Amino acid sequence: MTALLDIRGLKAEIDGRQILNGLDLCVGKGEVHAIMGPNGAGKSTLSYVLSGKPGYEITGGEVYLNGEDLLAMAPDERAAKGLFLAFQYPLEIPGVATLTFLRTALNAQRKKRGEEELSSPDVLKRVRELAKQLSIDPEMLKRPLNVGFSGGEKKRNETLQMALLEPRLCVLDETDSGLDIDALRIVADGVNRLRAADRGMIVITHYQRLLDYIVPDVVHVLAAGRIVKTGGKELALELEATGYAQYQSEAA
Amino acid sequence: MNAEIRPVKTAAEIGLADLFAAARQTLPGGSRTEALRLEAFDRFSESGLPHARLEGWKYTDLRRLVRDAKPLAPLPDASKVDAAVPGAALADLGLRRLLIVDGVFVPDLSDLASLEAGVSIRSATEALAADESVLLSGAERDPAASLNRAFAASGVVIAVAPDVVLERPIHLAYVTTTGTPSAMFTVSRLEVGERARVTLIETHEGPDLSDYQVNTALQLTVADDAEFDRIKLTCEGAAALHIATLQAEIGARVRYREFGFTTGGAVVRNQLLVTLAGKGTDAQIHQASLLAGRQHADTTLVIDHVAAGSQSREVFKAVVDDEARAVFQGKITVQQGAQQTDARMMARALLLSDEAIANCKPELEIFADDVQCGHGTTTGALDDQLKFYLMARGIPEKEAEALLIQAFVGEVIDAIDREDLRGALSRIMTDWLKGRG
Repeated sequence: MTALLDIRGLKAEIDGRQILNGLDLCVGKGEVHAIMGPNGAGKSTLSYVLSGKPGYEITGGEVYLNGEDLLAMAPDERAAKGLFLAFQYPLEIPGVATLTFLRTALNAQRKKRGEEELSSPDVLKRVRELAKQLSIDPEMLKRPLNVGFSGGEKKRNETLQMALLEPRLCVLDETDSGLDIDALRIVADGVNRLRAADRGMIVITHYQRLLDYIVPDVVHVLAAGRIVKTGGKELALELEATGYAQYQSEAA
Repeated sequence: MNAEIRPVKTAAEIGLADLFAAARQTLPGGSRTEALRLEAFDRFSESGLPHARLEGWKYTDLRRLVRDAKPLAPLPDASKVDAAVPGAALADLGLRRLLIVDGVFVPDLSDLASLEAGVSIRSATEALAADESVLLSGAERDPAASLNRAFAASGVVIAVAPDVVLERPIHLAYVTTTGTPSAMFTVSRLEVGERARVTLIETHEGPDLSDYQVNTALQLTVADDAEFDRIKLTCEGAAALHIATLQAEIGARVRYREFGFTTGGAVVRNQLLVTLAGKGTDAQIHQASLLAGRQHADTTLVIDHVAAGSQSREVFKAVVDDEARAVFQGKITVQQGAQQTDARMMARALLLSDEAIANCKPELEIFADDVQCGHGTTTGALDDQLKFYLMARGIPEKEAEALLIQAFVGEVIDAIDREDLRGALSRIMTDWLKGRG
């Protein structure tokens, strides 16, 4: 059976600096993988390279999503194939109403997959339901995307997008950063609702705290651009106690 | 030593002199109008076509851009006008459309039925023939305005009496139909009485394959306590030269909204000369240009705060693709008596290609000591980070760009009060974006 995501020997650099250094990772359907690691280990780079952000040069390796060559696709094609990156710092886009953005994104993906586009009222109905689950004020949907939103509101908005777009693979980049405990719980509940037998998740985090709420099946330690250790959820607790120092020296 | 340099006259300048000599006997007007025309053409002859060494025309060198003078357009054949075309983008908005075909107001094709009480609409040709003051006044030293004064033969003269509230906007639909190279000079006047409320929409369009020149002018007077909105759409054909002069005098406590939207024409110059003559007026002047190919569009504004306590807001947006060029020159003048003026100007250009050019020149000239004035300008490309964010949600590149461009221009379109007009302008923008492919 093909893995949902299969990363083999991935190497990537930005501005001539090598960040990913032969990274291997396999995520199966229904699995939640946590990736932890010290600052500068390449956690965010991994999320950007997977989603196709310009500026990164792939210098080696392969990535397959459901058996298809992910690196050959443009970012929008990757999204239509079911990849979703929840940004660490969601961007503010003045002049683009949140609802317009959500509808455009959803229908662009559906169109690319050969599915029927949804009418505005249908999209609105779905968005309203999700907004309610995530305690998002419906008025916010009329406002320009993320403009003037608090950190918590932005992260909830990312979660709403993820729920609406129903991706196959979710990559959550430091979703806990900038969240207070209440917001963290709301976002984690939203993410947990999305756990499904045919969906995989990669939860990137620096701290163990998030993993109390989103309990992973597998925990990886990323250091100096490679996965240096893999274990069960108890590995996260161990890291919380010992820190990353041993892995940094190991990688070096 | 100020030896005046007299450049050799260009073919276009010689052509214009011949044209004037041939036409002046037949141009409408009594002795007073004729004297004004002669004086205007003399001034033009002295200066010639404006060139880059004139500060006001620094970026729009007509000596270079205008190769020849076109013959005056023949009188339009009203039976051949496809009345569905002019201003089609604004159809179904219930506008009172007045048609100006090939530079001539055509009452038979205009909607003059059941005029509201207190509104008069007349042909500028007739008013000129009666030697009334119709020709553009002011801007004596501007060569383009001088040419308009010399040649303008038709247009519409509109007066709205005090206290009249016009629910239906007036639509001046200028359309060029002639396929032969030709020149059209028009002047229209609008007087808005005290406390009256008027919306004026101008559309300017013509065929892409026709090489024509338009020099159009609007003389506007808005009396105290009135509310006045103007929207001007410049959607000329791909080879056209379009020069438009607005000369506006705005009274006290007026709410004045001006929006110019340019998408068509090879060379476009919109010059707005606005005097805020009365106290406590609130003026908002917005412009947006969507340019591609080798288009050149220049917006030049002089807003003169003469009286105290007025506020003005100027926002200029240009989206420039391919090898096109957007020019914005904006000057805010605050006269000595205009204390408590609050004036702000912002010009933003979005460049979509490496060859696209934007020239922005803001100026402040302040003679009063208790004022707030500011200006700013930015020029840049689309934000790659924002584009990536949209694409990461599945929105294809061109669509992501279109969303960001719409958002950029949206600020000025969203400021338009009437929802139906906002919708129509948004559709024009969407069509332009689709044309980018």
